[in-house]
Amino acid sequence: MPKLIIDNNEIEVEEGLTVLQACEIAGAEIPRFCFHERLSIAGNCRMCLVEMERAPKPIASCAMPVADGMVIKTNSEKIIKAREGVMEFLLINHPLDCPICDQGGECDLQDQAMGYGSDRSRYIEGKRAVKDKDLGPLVATVMTRCIHCTRCIRFATEIAGVPELGATGRGEHMEVGTYVEEALTSELSGNLIDLCPVGALTSKPYSFNARPWELTKTESIDVMDALGSNIRVDTRGNEVLRVVPRNHDDINQEWISDKTRFACDGLRRQRLDQPFVRRRGKLEPSNWEDAIKLCANKIKNTDPLKIASIAGDQVDCETMFSTKLLLKKIGCTNVDCLQDGAKLDQKVRSSYIFNTKIAGIDEADAILIVGSNPRLESPVLNARIRSRFLKGGLQIGLIGGAIDLTYPYQHLGDEPQLLEQFIAGKNKFSKVLKKAKNPMIILGSGAINREDGAQILHNARKIAETTGMIADNWNGFNVLQSAASRVGGLDIGFVPEKLFNLEDMELIYLIGADEIDFNKTKNAFVVYQGHHGDNGAHHADVILPGAAYTEKSATFVNLEGRPQRTQKAVFPLGQAKEDWRIIRALSGAIDKPLPFDDLSDLRKLLSDTVPSFGSMNEIITNAWGDFGLEGPMTNRRISNISVNFFMSDPICRASITMAECAKAQSDRLAREAV
Amino acid sequence: MNDPKIKSFDTFSFNSKSKKEANICIAKYPKGKQASAVMPLLDIAQRQHNGWLPRVAMDYVADFLKMPRMAVYEVASFYTMYNLSPVGQNHVQVCTNLPCWLRGSDRVVNAIEKNLKIKMGETTEDNLFTLTEVECLGACVNAPMIQINDAYYEDLDETSVDILLTEIASGGAPKVGSQIGRRSCEPINGLTTLFDSSKD
Amino acid sequence: MLNDQDRIFTNIYGFNDALLHGAKKRGDWEGTKRILTKGRDWIVDTIKGSGLRGRGGAGFSTGMKWSFMPKVSDGRPHYLVVNADEGEPGTCKDREIMRHEPHKLIEGCLLAAFAMGAHVAYIYVRGEFFREIEVLQNAIDEAYAEGLIGKNSCGSDYQFDCYIHKGMGAYICGEETALIESLEGKKGQPRLKPPFPANAGLYGCPTTVNNVESIAVAPTILKRGSEWFSSFGRANNTGTKLFNVSGHVNQPCTVEEEMSIPLKDLIEKHAGGVKGGWDNLLAVIPGGASVPCLPKSLCDTVLMDFDSLKENQSGLGTAAVMVMDKSTDIVAAIARLSAFYKHESCGQCTPCREGTGWLSRMMIRMVAGNASVKEIDLLDQVTRQIEGHTICALGDAAAWPVQGLIRHFRSELEERIAQAKSKAA
Repeated sequence: MPKLIIDNNEIEVEEGLTVLQACEIAGAEIPRFCFHERLSIAGNCRMCLVEMERAPKPIASCAMPVADGMVIKTNSEKIIKAREGVMEFLLINHPLDCPICDQGGECDLQDQAMGYGSDRSRYIEGKRAVKDKDLGPLVATVMTRCIHCTRCIRFATEIAGVPELGATGRGEHMEVGTYVEEALTSELSGNLIDLCPVGALTSKPYSFNARPWELTKTESIDVMDALGSNIRVDTRGNEVLRVVPRNHDDINQEWISDKTRFACDGLRRQRLDQPFVRRRGKLEPSNWEDAIKLCANKIKNTDPLKIASIAGDQVDCETMFSTKLLLKKIGCTNVDCLQDGAKLDQKVRSSYIFNTKIAGIDEADAILIVGSNPRLESPVLNARIRSRFLKGGLQIGLIGGAIDLTYPYQHLGDEPQLLEQFIAGKNKFSKVLKKAKNPMIILGSGAINREDGAQILHNARKIAETTGMIADNWNGFNVLQSAASRVGGLDIGFVPEKLFNLEDMELIYLIGADEIDFNKTKNAFVVYQGHHGDNGAHHADVILPGAAYTEKSATFVNLEGRPQRTQKAVFPLGQAKEDWRIIRALSGAIDKPLPFDDLSDLRKLLSDTVPSFGSMNEIITNAWGDFGLEGPMTNRRISNISVNFFMSDPICRASITMAECAKAQSDRLAREAV
Repeated sequence: MNDPKIKSFDTFSFNSKSKKEANICIAKYPKGKQASAVMPLLDIAQRQHNGWLPRVAMDYVADFLKMPRMAVYEVASFYTMYNLSPVGQNHVQVCTNLPCWLRGSDRVVNAIEKNLKIKMGETTEDNLFTLTEVECLGACVNAPMIQINDAYYEDLDETSVDILLTEIASGGAPKVGSQIGRRSCEPINGLTTLFDSSKD
Repeated sequence: MLNDQDRIFTNIYGFNDALLHGAKKRGDWEGTKRILTKGRDWIVDTIKGSGLRGRGGAGFSTGMKWSFMPKVSDGRPHYLVVNADEGEPGTCKDREIMRHEPHKLIEGCLLAAFAMGAHVAYIYVRGEFFREIEVLQNAIDEAYAEGLIGKNSCGSDYQFDCYIHKGMGAYICGEETALIESLEGKKGQPRLKPPFPANAGLYGCPTTVNNVESIAVAPTILKRGSEWFSSFGRANNTGTKLFNVSGHVNQPCTVEEEMSIPLKDLIEKHAGGVKGGWDNLLAVIPGGASVPCLPKSLCDTVLMDFDSLKENQSGLGTAAVMVMDKSTDIVAAIARLSAFYKHESCGQCTPCREGTGWLSRMMIRMVAGNASVKEIDLLDQVTRQIEGHTICALGDAAAWPVQGLIRHFRSELEERIAQAKSKAA
C-alpha cells in the first residue's frame, strides 16, 4: 500500500486510489465539479488542483493515481489562488440568476464559490448565452448555467447506456445537449438532475415548487418496482414535492428510475380520501363507521370459502399479514398476492428471489436472461448489469423477444424448448454458462406469468443445477420480480392454500389490486382498500381509503429478499388510514380482533411468524430446494411482458408527469416508424 | 452555422465511388477500430454532397461505422473543415492570422469582399463563392494566402487576388501556389542556400 | 553559416523531383537496411547521442522519447504517430518536407518505428494540406511498390505499414494526446496524463508521437552519425533546423540553418533583412504564436536555440520567426493571436475554455485603448490564472503572448488607454 504525505501528515492508502480520494481519507477537503465516484474521470473542471512535490504545475488530484512517496499540499498559497482562479473562470459566464434558479440552496457552484471563490467579480465583458435544449418532460434545461463538467454526458453514456448526450462545438461555444432536440430514451434520465452540479439540468416537474430549506426530508424506500431503492421523500406541509435517491451500495447505489423519482405527483391526484359505498349502482361518499359495518356484515354473512382477498403490487407486508390472519380467523385461506397469475412457488424461498443479490451482479461472468426486459422491469438493476458488462468479461444470453438492453447480448431465440437444450447442454450458450465461474440466470415475468410458468421454473432450476450456478458461495438462480409487494407477500404466504376461482367468489376484498381481470368480480361484492381511484375502486361496492407508501411506516421486501421500511413522510389524505389499521378495525367489527393494537406488536408477531422479517435490511441465507413442476412446456414463444413502463401502477397512472413521458415515448416511436 | 434544423435532405447514402473510398479508409485501421475512419468518411460524404454535411449524412456515416450518432455530431461540429450548412461552389477561405495580417491580409479581405460583393461568412447569390475567415493554414512565409476548395493561392495582394477571383468566376483555373512567381518557400530575390539545387 | 553539404533537406524548395527517383539521388533510402541490422538500441542511442530535440515545439529529447517505449511488447501493438498537423501560426516547415522531401519522412518513419517496435505508423496531416497529402501518398505508394516498406521493408524482414490520416481543421490536434483522440475518431480533446502515450496511447497501446521534422531528420543523423549532427549549434541545442521567417522582412522564406544561429543573422542573411532596415525592427515572435515576443533590444543578440530564447523569457517553439517592424500595431498583433487561441480552445477544461475568451475580449478593448490602466494588471493576472492550470499546453500558449506584450510593451498599452481617454474627453 502506497504511503504518501498529505499536508504534512503521512497516510497509507489502498493502491489504485486517486490523490483526491487519498486527500479525502486524510481529511483534506478537495473541491470538485466534474469528478464523480461512479463515473469515468474527466479532469476537466480543474477545481481539484493540488500541489505535488516535484511537479512543475498543480495537478488535477481526481485524475492522478496515488504513488508511494508522493508529497501533496492541498492548502498552499498557490493552490488557494489556483482554485480561486478556476472558480472565477467558472463564474464569468455563469448567469447571476441564483434567485430564480431551482438549484439554489443545493448548488455545488454556489457552495464552492462561497468556500473557494473571491468575493467580487472582475469580469465586465459580455456573458455567454446558450440556447436551452429540449430533453423531454423530465429534465428542464437552462444551458447558460452549464459549466461543461460533462457529468451528464458520462452518465448517459456509461451508466444509462444511451449515448445521446454530447458536447458539440468547441471552445467557449461548446454546448452540451442531444444536438437533435429529442428526449432521452433512458428510464434513468432523472439522475442527470442530481449529477448536474449547477442549475443547468433541473427537475421539470418540480420547477419552481420549493426551496430545499423549506423541505422536510424523510428517508424511505421506493415501491415503484421490486428493487427497494433507497429514497428520500421531500415534503412541504402534507405534500410530497419530490423523491430523490439515497445511496445504498448494495441496492440502487445512488441511482433511481424515472418512475421512482417522478411518479410522486400521482400521489396528489385521484386519491381516495374518504370511504365510499355503492348505492343504487353509484359510489357515494360514506364514513368509516358505516363502511366498516357494511363490510363486516358482508363478511359475517358470506361463506368463508366464498371470500377471497387479492393484494396488489404495492401492498406492504403488515397489511398482507393482517389480512391473512383475519381471514384465517374466519376459516378463509383464499388469499393471493400474485394478481398477474405468476406461477411462483411459495414454499421454497430461493425459488422466487434474486439469490445472487443485486451487488452479486458485479461478480457475475455469464448471465442468461429468460423472458425478461430488465431495462423496464428494474432499470437500476439493468444499469448494474451494464456497468458489470463494461468492466469486461461478462457474456449475456437472452431468451425472449429481441430488445435494447443498453448492452450487447446473444439473442438465443424465444422458444421455451431452448431451456431443454440448456439442460441437455446442447445450446451454444450453455457452454458459456458452464465455463463461467459465476453464472447467473434471470427469470422475468415473461417466463413465469404463463400457463406453463411452473414448468419453466422447473427447467430453469435444472439449468441452474446443471451449469454450476448453485455452489457453496454462489447462487446464480434469480427471479426478477417487478412488484414491490411480491417477495414480502410470498414470504408471508399470501397465496391460496388451495387454488380458487375468482369468479366463484361472493366477496372479494381487494387491497390495492388494480390489475386483475375485473370481468371475474362481476358477481361478487367487491371491497377495495387502497389509495387511488383506479380500476379496483371503479369496480368496488365499498371503498376503504388507505395510505400510499409515503404516508406510512411499512415493510417491503425487495427482490433479493431484503426487508426494508418506508417512513411516514406525510399523513394519509383526508380520512384515509394506514392500511393495517383498517384491517385491525375490520377484525374488531366482526368480533375477531387481531392480537395487536399497535405497529410494534404487529411487527413482533410478524417476525415471530416469519423469521426473515426479524432481520431488517439484511438478507438471510436461503436454502436451495426442489421447486417448479416437471412436465412439458407449451409451444408459445417466450415474450418479454410488454410493460408500459410509465403506466404500471395506480400512482403512475395518476401522474401527469408519467403521462407526459408515455406520450413523449409514443410520439417518438411514431416518428421513428415514419 | 451549426443549425441542426437545416435538414433539407431526407436521405443520404454513399455512391459507389464514395463507398470504395470509405472502405479504403476503414482498412487503414485495426479491426474493431473503424470509428477511426469517421473523419475521412465525413469528408467523403461532404465532398459527395456539394461541400457540406446535412444531418442525414452524419447519421449515415454513424450507422455506416456503427457509432453513436451523437459521437458523429460531436466530431462534425468540432472540426472547422466540416460545413454544417451549405457553401458555394468555391469556398474561399482567407487566413487572417498574424503572419498573413502582417503582410496585408486586411487588404486582401477587402479586395475579395469588393470583388465578390459579399461580406465575410456570406455566399454570393449565384452560389459561386462562399467567403470564410480561417485560422493559420500553414503557409506563413508565403503570406498572405487564401485557400479555395483544395488549392492554396499564396503571396497575394489586392490586385492578384482580384485577378484570381475574376478568373475563377469566369471558369478559369488559375495557377495554384505563389502568385509572384516563387517555386515555393525560397527567398524571392535569389537563393541564400542550396545554390546547386535548381541546377539538378 | 551552414554549408550546403551539411543541409539535410536539400530539396526543401522543391526545385527537383520530390518522388523516389529524385529522393534516391539525394541519398534517401541508401543503406536503410544496414541501419536496421544495427538494431533498435543502436538507433535509439544514436538519436540520443545526436542531441536531437523534438522539432514540434516542446523540445524534448527525441531519442529519450523513443526509449520510453516498452522494450518488449506485452501483446499490444506499438504505434508511431507522426504529427503533421502543422498549424502553429508562423510555422510552415513540415509542409515543405511533405511535399518536397516526402521520402525522408517515410524512411524516418520506418527507422523510428523499428526503433520502438512499431509495425504501423500513422501520419496525421492537417486536412488543408490537400496537395501535400497527395505527394506524400504517392511517395508512400512508391515505397510500398519498391519494397522499401511493407511486409519486408528494405529486405530486412521487418513488416512496416504507413498510413496517412487526414485532420479536419483543429489546431489542438497538434497536441499529442488530442491527436491520438482524433485518430481514434473523436473530438480532438487532450487526454489527462498519466497515462502517457508510451504506456497507453493510440487504442490504449504504447505510442510515440513525433513531429514531422524530428522524424525526417532521423535517417540522415543515422547515416552521418550523431557526432556530425551534434557538431552544429551549441551544447544541448544541437543540429540543424528548419526556420520559417515571415512577416516584415524583405524576403520571407524557409531555410535550414544551424541551431543557435543569431536571430539577426537569420533575418539578415536569409530573409533579406527587416523591411526598412534592422533599426526599423519593433519586435520578433521567434518560435510560433505560442511564445512571447522579443523587443528589438533583445533581438540584437539572441541566438535561435532553446536555451538562449528561454533565457530571454521566450522560446524556440517551432522556430517560426514572425518579424514585426515599427509600422506594426503590436497590441493588435497580439490581440489577433488571442482571438486565435479563443477559436482553437477545445473547450474541455475550464481555465482555457473561459480564460481564452476573456483574454481575447480584453485584448480587443486594449487595441482601442478602451480600458483602464488597472486592467493591464488584470489581463496579466488572467493569463496567470490560465497558465499551468489546464489539461494541455494550449492554455499556456494563450497566456504567453499576452504576458510578453505586457512585459515589453506595457507603455504602449498605457499610452493607448491615455489617448483613448483624452479623445473621449
